Amino acid sequence: MEHAFAVLQLKGLHVIRHLSNLHAWLAIFAVVITSSSGDMLVSRAMKQIGDLGEMRRRRGLIFVALLALRNKYFLLGVGCMTLSFYSLLYGLSWNNVSLIGPAAASLSFVANAIGAKFFLHEKVDHRRWTAALLVGAGVILMAL
Amino acid sequence: MNLRKYLVLVGVSVFAPTGDSLLSYGMKQVGNISLAHPLNLLLAIANPWVALGILLLLGFFASYMTALSWADLTFVLPASSFGYVLLGLIARFILHEQVSVTRWLGIALVASGVGFVTSGPELTKRWPHRHKRPEPVTAEVSR
Repeated sequence: MEHAFAVLQLKGLHVIRHLSNLHAWLAIFAVVITSSSGDMLVSRAMKQIGDLGEMRRRRGLIFVALLALRNKYFLLGVGCMTLSFYSLLYGLSWNNVSLIGPAAASLSFVANAIGAKFFLHEKVDHRRWTAALLVGAGVILMAL
Repeated sequence: MNLRKYLVLVGVSVFAPTGDSLLSYGMKQVGNISLAHPLNLLLAIANPWVALGILLLLGFFASYMTALSWADLTFVLPASSFGYVLLGLIARFILHEQVSVTRWLGIALVASGVGFVTSGPELTKRWPHRHKRPEPVTAEVSR
């Protein structure tokens, strides 16, 4: 009887751990999609606006803030990043930051490299693709 | 690349992992959040560590936007390579989380991958700005 109870307890622990990992990876997937979209949209907005540092010195912080807030790509980007933030919070409530943080950020890096080539038309050369593959391999190691 | 730009990239690298770690610490206090009660995610902001984490992440966002205004997205993201190492150190020594050797190797590989890309130019596409700058973009391309 005691043995059966111990086996049940062990199985329960396995289920909890499995559930925790499932929730964490769902959150990581959500963070990757939303943060990559946010990054690309904000990047496009910033390229349209110009050098923020220089503009802030010439025209002031309020002018720069208003310029950003009037840009539709910026607003959409911030919306995506907000979703990404809450997905991150959800993931952190299920697993450690040393898994969620690097895994989500690194996979986002690969997704961003692909998105930057096709959406932002950046020249993603062999150096940048190699970096994306190295990052991908690093993520696999972190998830083991 | 001048000193100001390097400082902006340091801001991107440092604010993000520090903010994430504070969020992690705060979320450990808040506890597991079920999808059945999504409003608990909003209430989590009331935790001081979560609030401080958000403040640092705002600092990250300001640095990140500034960097994106003069460099490619595929250049700015590698700037956080040092952040992965910092995140590992914070997780191990401050949050006392177990970081395995394999995970350390993964972090090192990620850092080397993203470090590799920074040897290239920061801007590869000339964007038509709505608000003209006095200096031409070509000056930014040659490092």
